[in-house]
Amino acid sequence: MTVWRDVIGQDTAVATLHRAANDPDSMTHAWLLTGPPGSGRSVAARAFAAALQCPNGGCGECRECRTAIDGSHADVDVIATEGLSIKVALVRDLVQLAALRPSVGRWRIIIIEDADRLTAFSDAPANALLKALEEPTPRTVWILCAPSVEDVIITLRSRSRHVRLRTPPAEAVAELLQRRDGVDAPMALYAARAAQSHVGLARRLARDEGARIRRREVISLAGKIRGVGHAIDAASDLAKIAEDESGAASTERDAAERQRLMEVLGADPTARTQPPHIRSQLAALEKDQKARATRYARDVLDRSLLDLLSIYRDALVLHTGAPIDLVNQDAMAAVQQLAQAMSPEELLHAIDAIGTARERIGLNVNPLLALEAMALSLRLPS
Amino acid sequence: MTVTPQRTVPPLVLITGPEGILAERALTSVMAEVRVTAPDVEVVRLQAAGYEPGSLMVHTSPSLFGGQKAVVVQDLDEASDELQTDLLAFLAAPEPDVTLVVTHKSGQRGKKVLDTLKKGGARVIDCPAIKTDRDKTDFATNEFRAARRRATPEAVRALIEAVGKDLRELSAACQQLVSDTTGVIDEALVEKYHGGKVEATGFRVADAAVAGNTGEALRLLRHAIATGVDPVPIVAVLAQQLRQLVRVGHAGRGRSADVARDLGMAPWQVDKARRALSGWDAEALGRSIQAVAAADFEVKGGGRDPVYAVERAILTITRERQGSGQR
Ligand SMILES: [Zn+2]
Repeated sequence: MTVWRDVIGQDTAVATLHRAANDPDSMTHAWLLTGPPGSGRSVAARAFAAALQCPNGGCGECRECRTAIDGSHADVDVIATEGLSIKVALVRDLVQLAALRPSVGRWRIIIIEDADRLTAFSDAPANALLKALEEPTPRTVWILCAPSVEDVIITLRSRSRHVRLRTPPAEAVAELLQRRDGVDAPMALYAARAAQSHVGLARRLARDEGARIRRREVISLAGKIRGVGHAIDAASDLAKIAEDESGAASTERDAAERQRLMEVLGADPTARTQPPHIRSQLAALEKDQKARATRYARDVLDRSLLDLLSIYRDALVLHTGAPIDLVNQDAMAAVQQLAQAMSPEELLHAIDAIGTARERIGLNVNPLLALEAMALSLRLPS
Repeated sequence: MTVTPQRTVPPLVLITGPEGILAERALTSVMAEVRVTAPDVEVVRLQAAGYEPGSLMVHTSPSLFGGQKAVVVQDLDEASDELQTDLLAFLAAPEPDVTLVVTHKSGQRGKKVLDTLKKGGARVIDCPAIKTDRDKTDFATNEFRAARRRATPEAVRALIEAVGKDLRELSAACQQLVSDTTGVIDEALVEKYHGGKVEATGFRVADAAVAGNTGEALRLLRHAIATGVDPVPIVAVLAQQLRQLVRVGHAGRGRSADVARDLGMAPWQVDKARRALSGWDAEALGRSIQAVAAADFEVKGGGRDPVYAVERAILTITRERQGSGQR
């Protein structure tokens, strides 16, 4: 057993981190872990934290290891934001915390899972953090995670050591799903491939039939769009599929959070109108929930577009005859059909159109409009 | 001997559906009806979120002095298991002097309580989501009808274009027209009250662009920008109008009422789109939509000159419109 067991397909990164945890000369106070979504940045960060706290260099079994990994270790703080940005007030709190000596562990460790969100709306949060990185506290370690180095402001980049994670091979993800989540082998491999090795997504696909059905619906749009009218309909279908998926999750959770907040504030839930200080807290919560819903809906739509992209890529791979595993191995007939219907140039054009839609939605273009423009470009040649 | 008037509201009432404004109205009218026969009714409201186990029993148990009670349980769709259990227990042995009103927005949560309420003969009041322009047309028409006022279809159309985005705003606008004016409500009246809205401007720009009237569309756009109107909603309206043309064109030749129902549009919108479509072909509409999508990207920060981006989209639309006839 080792703490690195669930960090799959990352031999080089694991070697670097393992050495740092066991050799003081290789250790430094700030780390930047980058890797594409689903590559396991957060898992790797927690494993590294465990290895640092563990008296045996990361055994994976002791109390230090277990609590560091599940997030309950007193000296390991994991900051996972659900909004679009990390607020400067939160960073200031963290900087204060970082100045303290560890309470029970060997290190005080602060993991920021979405360091790219430090600069979402202004540089202030990143600048607040910079001070802590410039004047390190002896037993404090910062672990910043982000999709790529470019997503992190250069001043933070230059003060931390960079470790790059790669997309793990589908087989490694499938093996993890089998071992950790008890998924059977064929399903694990299907899910790992379809999710393009995104571990969290693959688990969701393996466990949730609804997610599999929605993915199939998205894929089936490719190669079906003919006229202008069809394109507009397809765009609305796509928007609807993503909407269904993001709507399903949030309602119950929002209500539970509201209830918890009312309890904490000692509010009378039966009162028709709440006193002003409670009203303002509830309004703040609603604002956060709305920000989270917006981000989630955007993520879900982006994932659907990645699904759609995968079948055009597969068709292109088929054209080139390259011996590469297809993402949609389970839907060979559809891939072949698409490859027959469209030339490589047309497939590239379609891939560009999907990329443009992703970029537009990322910049807040009305999603339906962005999808319509995309679907119009995905029409089959007549 | 006093005669107790017969109650008209059944002991169980279920207000179901996501449209908040309809649910509030239904609740108000049910409570008013209860008060007709029980003026001294004691009303207790329980919010599902934050429900304390057992409090339903406390509020539904007969009081020492007799008298009617009404218990309103709001948002059953957010109910904890405890609240559902308490409700089921009450429904198994209802108190005769209690009127139980339950509201439920949507979803599977609380389904057992819903079924039991329906089986128990509850009055069910539906509050379906008002989303499409057709729904909104019906809604506004009924607002005027309920106030015993008549509004022309053009007036309703103009009202929905101006303030239809938000149902509460639409409702408030209807009330204002009812209280501030007399006689038939026509388009000129709506224009007077709501014509300055950004959306109304957007529709005028879109109408001119779709009609191929370059000069008029650009003039309206520049005027709007000069008076401080944000280009973002104008682009949204352009997209929406082009989308409707495509969908109506794609729907074929059926009666406008049928097409309207299938597309979730109002019949007048279908008629308007059909008139506009005569100068268009589908490919030209497709290219116009792509131009508007590019403009939306630019006005949201992807380009340097948002106003020019909208102008260019308008020029593309009017050029496509003029080209369509010749193909
Ligand atoms: Zn250990």
